[in-house]
Amino acid sequence: MKYWNEKMECMGAEDMRALQGERLRNIVRYTYERVEFYRRRMDEAGVSPDDIQTIDDIVKLPFMQKKDLRDYYPTGMFAAPMDEIVRFHASSGTTGKPIVAAYTASDLDDWAEGVARCLTAYGVTKDDVAQISYGYGLFTGGLGAHDGATKVGCSVLPTSSGNTAKQIMLMRDLGSTVLCCTPSYALYLAESIEQDKDTDVARDIKLRIGVFGAEPWTEGMRKALEENLHIKAYDIYGLTEVSGPGVGGECECQDGTHIWEDLFYPEIIDPVTLQPVEDGKEGELVFTTLSKEGMPVIRYRTRDLTHLTRGRCKCGRTAVRMAKILGRSDDMLIIRGVNVFPSQVESVIMQMPEFTGQYFITLDRVNNIDTFDIDVELKLEYHSDSIKNINAIKAKLNAKLVSVLGIKPDVHIVEPGSIERSMGKAKHVLDKRNFK
Amino acid sequence: MKIKQLSIFLQNKLGRFAEMASLLGEAEINMQAFTVAENAEFGIVRLIVSDVDKAAKLLIEHSFAVSVNEVFLLEMPDEPGALAVYVNKLSDAGVFIEYMYAFSGANGKAVVALKPSDAALCEKILG
Repeated sequence: MKYWNEKMECMGAEDMRALQGERLRNIVRYTYERVEFYRRRMDEAGVSPDDIQTIDDIVKLPFMQKKDLRDYYPTGMFAAPMDEIVRFHASSGTTGKPIVAAYTASDLDDWAEGVARCLTAYGVTKDDVAQISYGYGLFTGGLGAHDGATKVGCSVLPTSSGNTAKQIMLMRDLGSTVLCCTPSYALYLAESIEQDKDTDVARDIKLRIGVFGAEPWTEGMRKALEENLHIKAYDIYGLTEVSGPGVGGECECQDGTHIWEDLFYPEIIDPVTLQPVEDGKEGELVFTTLSKEGMPVIRYRTRDLTHLTRGRCKCGRTAVRMAKILGRSDDMLIIRGVNVFPSQVESVIMQMPEFTGQYFITLDRVNNIDTFDIDVELKLEYHSDSIKNINAIKAKLNAKLVSVLGIKPDVHIVEPGSIERSMGKAKHVLDKRNFK
Repeated sequence: MKIKQLSIFLQNKLGRFAEMASLLGEAEINMQAFTVAENAEFGIVRLIVSDVDKAAKLLIEHSFAVSVNEVFLLEMPDEPGALAVYVNKLSDAGVFIEYMYAFSGANGKAVVALKPSDAALCEKILG
């Protein structure tokens, strides 16, 4: 089976826009009637639900952002009564209150539909054994992938995250063919399999497809994962505020992430002027949920930076494609006045076979000057007797980083295995600068 | 003669050398000689042990970055001028010494472990 939902994934542009317009009309009226936040914001902007007729009218509506969701914690953004809510999830909320998301039965069904479309696009079928190594619980990764894989009919292995030795044992013994987890955990799993004397990737591991998301990752990371685990690695995109993983996913062409735009309408705006930018130009990704009942969002600013491509993909889908996300605008580091994304550092490290791919960035400020330190691990086989050789590899990395980033970091070679491995979303940066 | 030596990359971190030494001790592996080449942020311990294969395996299992390489061992009387004879021969032949370290051998002999720039030439000269 090539498509999970051919009608929606391959719909012509005009039909899609008509459907989106109809759904937008409904969701705007629905939220205006049920949620004080939307009513007040639309009234302030002088827009009434009657002003929204086609999808083009979306630009009349005000934006919303993460702060709004926090301000209305815990239930202020819910549009459905509690007896219709069947599930909650919550963001990690590293600062302040978490964001709580609420789902009706229909929302869970749409969410699983989105994941099922992604899995089918990667080539997953009911014959696959899907190991879900995303964390189960408040995080949307585990249960989201679980419900989607169940919908497809896979044999689901809900290992959740952590306990890596057991993950590998079950992967081997039950013959997992699909692995769903964060790319950084997949890298750690690959490393652990390599070190496991009883397990040989080619002989004992049957994985063929990796479903990776929940954090930005680079083409270099993809290459490393595909080579180390003998798989095809695909991106799955999503966020708790919009639903969870499965807002979109890549197809076998690996040429952009298809967004299921009949459910989640994407726009790209200039984050400064807030004006729409044309297709192909980079800007901030904004989402409107077109069918959600529990907690819809309208023109939600994701902080993710990307661009969109329209037109039919080689796979036959017309669903709009989004370029790989290089980072959230929130992730961008400003170091000595230069914008740096951790993903840029990752892409350089991944290009050099000498390193394990693990890295950790530490920022500090000493005498009013930013310090920028990067720890990297030299692979065991590149260790030698010679400090000169190790320093030469370090100098090579330094030169590449300077040319990509435009500023010079202090690179430190550390022992392989000494950078903490992540079971979930990887933490790559510690910013000790105090701007207060 | 040539002998296998372990080179162990150690971060400058409190207790890391102690950890390595304890591991070897518990496995009854004797450290016969070593030297530490240091740098601002890491060091390389060059180590001659009683059982090189066992030591390498053990350390790698405990996540130490180990490489195994060869050095020349010169045994000589522990008296003035003994080493000069050898190193003069090497420098006359154009062989650089990348590093060397000395320790006491059996029967009051002095032993020097030496890493030459050109192993083949060094072997020819020292026979």
